[in-house]
Amino acid sequence: MRWIVLVVLAALLPLVSGEYYINLASQIIIFAVFAASINLLLGYGGLPTLGHAAYLGVAAYLSAWLQLKMGWSNWTTAPVALLGTTVMACAFGLIALRAAGLGFLMLTLALSQVLWGTAYRWVSVTDGDNGLRGLARPTPFGLNLNEAMPFYYFTLIIGVLAIWMMARFVISPFGATLAGTRDQPRRMSALGYDVWMIRWVTFVYSAFWGAVSGLMFVYYHKYIHPVTLSLANSAEGLLAVIAGGSGTLAGPLVGAAIVLLLKNWASAYIERWNMLLGFVFVFIVVFMPEGVVPGVKRLWKRFASKT
Amino acid sequence: MEALRVQNLKKSFGGLPAINDVSLAVEGGERRLIIGPNGAGKTTFFNLLTGDLARDSGTIQLFGEEVARLPTHWRVHRGLARTYQIITLFPKDTLEHNIALSLMGLSKTRWNVFGRVPAHFFDEARTVLARVGLEASAKRPIAEVAYGEKRRVEIAMALAQRPKVLLLDEPLAGLSREERAQVKALVAGIPRETTVILIEHDMDTALDLADRITVLHYGRVIVEGTRAEVVADPKTREVYLGH
Repeated sequence: MRWIVLVVLAALLPLVSGEYYINLASQIIIFAVFAASINLLLGYGGLPTLGHAAYLGVAAYLSAWLQLKMGWSNWTTAPVALLGTTVMACAFGLIALRAAGLGFLMLTLALSQVLWGTAYRWVSVTDGDNGLRGLARPTPFGLNLNEAMPFYYFTLIIGVLAIWMMARFVISPFGATLAGTRDQPRRMSALGYDVWMIRWVTFVYSAFWGAVSGLMFVYYHKYIHPVTLSLANSAEGLLAVIAGGSGTLAGPLVGAAIVLLLKNWASAYIERWNMLLGFVFVFIVVFMPEGVVPGVKRLWKRFASKT
Repeated sequence: MEALRVQNLKKSFGGLPAINDVSLAVEGGERRLIIGPNGAGKTTFFNLLTGDLARDSGTIQLFGEEVARLPTHWRVHRGLARTYQIITLFPKDTLEHNIALSLMGLSKTRWNVFGRVPAHFFDEARTVLARVGLEASAKRPIAEVAYGEKRRVEIAMALAQRPKVLLLDEPLAGLSREERAQVKALVAGIPRETTVILIEHDMDTALDLADRITVLHYGRVIVEGTRAEVVADPKTREVYLGH
């Protein structure tokens, strides 16, 4: 019920706000899908990743390259970009899941850094530091998405679908086994579960939704640059999950909103907004180490029990 | 029929042999007690049987099938279940959720990515919990129940899978006298279709449960036989009493 209210409120947003805030809301939804895909690995699988920007970036680059250099339409580039990125994730999963914990973190980082370096250096394909520009947004059913409001609704529909699909995933029997591998992997093996396979399936599924966020990202910006594949982008996604509350459905949404509001809104007023971002994260970690969503729930329960 | 046959099993950590050329056979339905002083290699032996540790050499046959190369979860699907010396449960989840996870481990439902955990797993979980006297606590998180109850949940998780061979690693460790009696009764009540191999330090209790006993010392089998044979063997006295 709360989710329905949230979606209705989000649908009403363009009616009460200007173009700047509509665009900001579109960015928050895109980043929320990205953060939610990281949350599948970190929050539900116990696998901290620093390379998730790889899937966002590769899907965006594939879509952009196929459109600009091959002249394909968005209807063709989107499934090819998603499929290509997912196949890449299948291979990356085979490498990264040779380790867990810190080893997994470093392997995901290394893999994404290879792509980031490639995007910078393979100028004939990626246009290097100039990035790929001049992209067109899709026109589903003939709708023009170049204006802020129609693009927002497009983003909202895809975003709701993505979050719903990820929510179904984590409350499913498979999701229960995934949480089991996070808490007691050895015990899960002893109960007959293939822990590695559970993690690999989750890795690929998570990368797929990372790729979806990449498509929305490139449609929004109509431009793609190697920085999209950078460590900083992966780290921002990870921070959004941790700040909002990993292992919760609402956490990445709240975390994404915090990060993007601070980046976009605070930077307009405060020159050293990065410092503010840092202070906010320190505040969250100190006072709500479990993240904002579980933290607020805890405080609310305490308040309710007192009154 | 032999439930388990181990031949020339070896495992070393660095240069230190933890399991050194162990061979033994356990008949179907048998209750086998494995004893030995601390560091004898008992838990390492269990870890080799389950695949938690990879052997250096030797064979492990489960009902005639070689399983030493199989990963842990495949051995479980062939009828091997275990409990741990240090309780290994899901503390934030309820008792019935723990048992349901165990039941789902052998079911294809575990790969279902879009449904819900079917209610019949929880129904069956409560039946299993009733068998170990914990039905009333089914909805409580593991973290909130007593240590002895956690032990019973661990055994219940293993029994829920109706294993052919059950490995119990010190199931009485850390329990009060009353809890020990409860767990002992639980183990004694396991049907003979399940072969039970038990590591236990509490001799008074464990000897009553065992058909045959294997004594491990420095990773080797030094004595094997019935209770009377093992107790009468001077090597047992030497290991336990030093003379």
